[in-house]
Amino acid sequence: MANVLVFTELHDGHVKPVTLEILGKLAGQSADVAVIGDIGADQVAELAKFGAQNVHKIKGANLDKYSPEGYTNALADFIKSKSYDYVFAGATSMGKDFLPRLASKFDAGLASDVTNFTMDGGVFAGTRPFFSGKCLAKVEITGPKPHFVSIRPNALGMTANPTAGAGAAADAAGNAGEIRAMIKEIVKAASTKTDLTEANIIVTGGRAMKNAENFKILEQMADVLGATVGASRAAVDSGFAPHAMQVGQTGKTVAPSLYIACGVSGAIQHLAGMRTSKVIVAINTDPDAPIFTKADYGIVGDLFQIVPVMTEEFKKLLGK
Amino acid sequence: MNIFVCVKQVPDTETKITPTGDGSFIETASIKWIMNPYDEFAVEQALLIKQSNPAANVTVVRVGSVKDTEALRTAMAMGADDAALVEANDSLDSHSIAKALKGAIEKTGKKPDIILAGKQAIDDDALQVPQILAEMLGLPSVSVIVGFELNGTTVKVKREVEGGALEVYEVNTPVVLACNKGLNTPRYASLPGIMKAKKKPMAQYSLADVGVSDADRRVKYSQFRLPPEKPAG
Ligand SMILES: Cc1cc2nc3c(=O)[nH]c(=O)nc-3n(C[C@H](O)[C@H](O)[C@H](O)COP(=O)(O)OP(=O)(O)OC[C@H]3O[C@@H](n4cnc5c(N)ncnc54)[C@H](O)[C@@H]3O)c2cc1C
Ligand SMILES: Cc1cc2nc3c(=O)[nH]c(=O)nc-3n(C[C@H](O)[C@H](O)[C@H](O)COP(=O)(O)OP(=O)(O)OC[C@H]3O[C@@H](n4cnc5c(N)ncnc54)[C@H](O)[C@@H]3O)c2cc1C
Repeated sequence: MANVLVFTELHDGHVKPVTLEILGKLAGQSADVAVIGDIGADQVAELAKFGAQNVHKIKGANLDKYSPEGYTNALADFIKSKSYDYVFAGATSMGKDFLPRLASKFDAGLASDVTNFTMDGGVFAGTRPFFSGKCLAKVEITGPKPHFVSIRPNALGMTANPTAGAGAAADAAGNAGEIRAMIKEIVKAASTKTDLTEANIIVTGGRAMKNAENFKILEQMADVLGATVGASRAAVDSGFAPHAMQVGQTGKTVAPSLYIACGVSGAIQHLAGMRTSKVIVAINTDPDAPIFTKADYGIVGDLFQIVPVMTEEFKKLLGK
Repeated sequence: MNIFVCVKQVPDTETKITPTGDGSFIETASIKWIMNPYDEFAVEQALLIKQSNPAANVTVVRVGSVKDTEALRTAMAMGADDAALVEANDSLDSHSIAKALKGAIEKTGKKPDIILAGKQAIDDDALQVPQILAEMLGLPSVSVIVGFELNGTTVKVKREVEGGALEVYEVNTPVVLACNKGLNTPRYASLPGIMKAKKKPMAQYSLADVGVSDADRRVKYSQFRLPPEKPAG
């Protein structure tokens, strides 16, 4: 059995879902959770349900907002005061940013963006995509402990942990150390929707959307489904949507339960970003569009006719 | 001012990926190698800085095989001044690569002011090297940058995070920055640029020269395989 620390990032005071995915998958190991900042008793109880033994709330000066150095220093100090075999975190914007620094502080290895793993005999062995998901490989970590692992959100899925943890919450003093790269301000994006990389349902528009205005029909469908809207590169390059919405090799890699591609041809670079979606629905006027070879459900037809009809049907189905 | 740009060579995005029979990696014989697309933004940013600071020197650094040095030559054809190559087979892990890059930068004898890299290499998408390099050099870092402004020794950068929000950082040089799409529009190498690049100096080091050995490996990959096919719909 391995001693594991799972770092959880907070989003509006809530732990990110990927933390629970990781905890569930760690059933059988001894897992603690560390958070920088404060969380309520309900959050601690949720973490305990998924197996968390101790919940360490790291607090200190200059830790109220994220900085790569502050988080790295505070967590490094905390981890040094304990003896963990593994440190896990979500491969979120934040996790991807500071985990390599943190691992490097221990001269240790990091397996990044892992999509599945086992802990046989308390030893980590993972699977991660290469070449934007065009192939998979096994990843193992060697060298000094602790070993570091980042997990792609939505990849593991929620698995209940049969044994709840004690969920003992305690404060720990955090030392941010010297912070040179400091956030001065945060420019919020217009949308408050779930980010593409964490979305459970995605509705994507391609070049066939013709203009930015037409994306409204996708947003209407997304609102009904609680989905996030994405775009192909052709749509982004044509100025219909910002780059933050791009799915694909040079955009976001996504793994939602449901991916609805509207007027997207299915170029290899687009598929690279969404091929691990659980169910793929494609709407395209061209029956030979490559997207259909990857789709679970294909609809041949004009998206401008089909999308509004589907939105109405979803409304009825979901009682909205 | 000394600017370093880390560039990696990756298979062209159109490449059909075929795992080798033994699963140790992918077939590389017919691969066309290109400069990692995100590294083009890093090279372009270095050249933009040089445009307003003519005394600046831009060095491109790469760790990898010597049989094809396309990425370094391309960067020099775009306008970089010189290059350093650490000769290695292409199977080093991120930790070893970062250590080799640090060694190469130190070998040049130039004290870095700004080190630019891509936010990720599109072959393995590890997103590790720039941050590890920064930690090893004891420097601050900001990754996934989409905006850059230099005022004297202060850099103001915008970092893109979930949902398209932007974190605005202010940091003094020296600093390591990992670039994202949207930062700038990379220029094409001109024909005279390509001719000139052939004569630009390229230092070459061995892994031993930069102090990297097998003991530096931290991550092992094996069992390369195609993902399970989805049944056609
Ligand atoms: C290095 C590199 C990186 C790249 N990275 C990415 C990336 O990250 N993401 C990405 O998406 N692409 C990427 N691409 C681009 C990719 O190759 C394609 O050009 C792009 O995905 C095409 O976008 P599209 O499917 O929207 O447009 P198109 O290929 O033009 O397809 C439009 C589709 O809409 C259909 N259509 C037309 N009208 C209608 C209608 N009324 N109703 C329904 N269907 C209709 C057409 O039949 C067609 O299939 C990259 C390319 C390169 C070279
Ligand atoms: C044939 C082959 C076999 C491989 N086998 C293994 C293996 O068994 N184990 C293993 O751990 N890795 C292996 N890899 C290497 C691994 O795929 C990556 O090269 C390594 O993990 C570093 O890249 P990264 O994805 O972390 O870079 P990222 O951190 O994603 O790259 C970000 C940026 O760092 C810079 N950068 C990254 N690499 C370099 C470089 N080499 N030179 C200059 N700048 C760079 C670039 O600016 C890049 O944009 C293999 C690679 C190949 C081609």
